[in-house]
Amino acid sequence: MKRTHPATRVGQYFALALYLIFLGFPLLWLLSVSLKTPGELASITPHLIPRHWAFGNYSDALHEQGLLRSALNSTIVAVGAMALTVAIALPAAYALGRFRTKLAPVATIWILVSQVFPVILVVIPLFMILRTLGLLNSLFGLILVYLVWTLPFALWMLRGYVAGLPADLEEAAAVDGASRFTILVRIVFPLLRPGIVATAMFAFISAWNEFFFALVLLQGSAQTLPLTLAKFVGSEGQVSLGPLAAGSVLATIPSLAIFAFLQRKLTSGMLAGAVKG
Amino acid sequence: MTISAAPPIAPPEKRQRRAKPKRARQDLWLLVLPALIPVLVLSVVPLVRGITLGFTDSKLGLNIPTHWIGIDNFTQLWHNTLFWESFKIGLIWSVSVTVTQFVLALGLALLLNENLRMRWLARTLALVPWAMPPVIVAIMWKLLLDPTVGPVDAALNKTHLTHTSINWLGDFHSALPAVIVVGVWVGMPQTTITLLAGLQSIPGELHEAAAVDGAGSWRRFVSITLPQLRPVIVAITSLDFIWNFNSFGLVYVLTAGGPGGKTMLPMLFAYNEAFRYGQFGYAAAMGDVMVVLVVLLLGFYLRTQLRSQR
Repeated sequence: MKRTHPATRVGQYFALALYLIFLGFPLLWLLSVSLKTPGELASITPHLIPRHWAFGNYSDALHEQGLLRSALNSTIVAVGAMALTVAIALPAAYALGRFRTKLAPVATIWILVSQVFPVILVVIPLFMILRTLGLLNSLFGLILVYLVWTLPFALWMLRGYVAGLPADLEEAAAVDGASRFTILVRIVFPLLRPGIVATAMFAFISAWNEFFFALVLLQGSAQTLPLTLAKFVGSEGQVSLGPLAAGSVLATIPSLAIFAFLQRKLTSGMLAGAVKG
Repeated sequence: MTISAAPPIAPPEKRQRRAKPKRARQDLWLLVLPALIPVLVLSVVPLVRGITLGFTDSKLGLNIPTHWIGIDNFTQLWHNTLFWESFKIGLIWSVSVTVTQFVLALGLALLLNENLRMRWLARTLALVPWAMPPVIVAIMWKLLLDPTVGPVDAALNKTHLTHTSINWLGDFHSALPAVIVVGVWVGMPQTTITLLAGLQSIPGELHEAAAVDGAGSWRRFVSITLPQLRPVIVAITSLDFIWNFNSFGLVYVLTAGGPGGKTMLPMLFAYNEAFRYGQFGYAAAMGDVMVVLVVLLLGFYLRTQLRSQR
């Protein structure tokens, strides 16, 4: 490659710095607010680095009524949705990847169609169906909805991984007389582990972060973390900015931790799904 | 993996794999059914039901009889200026976010494609918004844009760009632009990563050949990078447009559609109609109108793009 002109390089670094500020400063500010004392938060000339590091906001947030309870609810919903999504997507993705079937193009069309339609069209009938089934305001009902909502992408991702597996192993096992079930459990699923991990984490993050369905379908006492935090914003004044920020930081940690681990896999999984679809 | 070991005599075995088609069909359905049932019950049925609901007078409450009312909802909607105002806001929002996002993401992707220091940091930061719950993104930006304790206002005052403190999210003029900035921030990851993947798939020889022919970097960007990237650009901007048009949580927490409906995206409008006023049928009709118009706009965009490609 040709050497880049020094002036161009300077320009590039300048642009990169601007991007870093735009993307990173909001995150730093949230962290900073979560560590400030109420006195400092009220100051009219705010500083990014707190003068006194205060962790009181975090314990306040944890003692806040309902926040811990909804964190537990969020965990139940996210883990439940994750487990169900993997259990159901895995066999289906295998089938779509290995059999010649008209289902595969239908599934792709369905994924596209479900992207275009505004969720308002889906959520009203869902509300009615879950009400009939007695699953309104229930975490289980929400888990089912999240399952259906993450399934298309999970299928798409996993199918990419299935397509990447050579069929020889399965054929060899079949020749040796192994049943389809044995082949799946003992050969295919272990080989798909990276794909399964990526899909599981994707399902967890989606459920953990989701807001709209939770807002409509959970109107009783059972609340998820985004719901509780959103209510917190509306009702409280300036006083509780610190705990609010602390709660937000805590609520971000699970998705962020998973995401840090996942980011490579997720992007490559998406590409695999795209290329081998 | 070795390439030399690949035997050229595989075909004869292939036929045996489909020796028992009936059995295979059974297996297929067994494997797919657990996924098919929930998708049918909780996705396909609701969607079809939602579309048809727009032609009824369905209400939120239990045990209220529902009637077919034909296109009454739609004729009523035609005269509902508030809805069209909201639709206009939705279009301004999604077009501005999509375009700004695309330009910024393309710039970032080009930088990330260069051999720069700190690239890893920018790459990581560019992905973080993806992982954050939208509600928390909204809370974070509320703290940033706060007129009394937020740093944005303080910085602008200090540099004398503004002289009074501005309530960015509460002011009639600034609310929509402020919300758009947040929308751009949130959507950066997908767009940047997709464009970066597109950039990396452009063969290096093309650039080298053009450089040998004496083409400068701007020239190469216009006549190689952009045309090569075109399918990716069309795909990601279309998706971004749809996602932005249908987005809800971010603006719901930031402004709840205020002040005075200045940031009332169509989704917020329809949500209020359905779950605040209990008019299910009318809200579904709004959803129908939204999807038809979005598909028309998208079809128009894709057609012009495909045309000019030829």
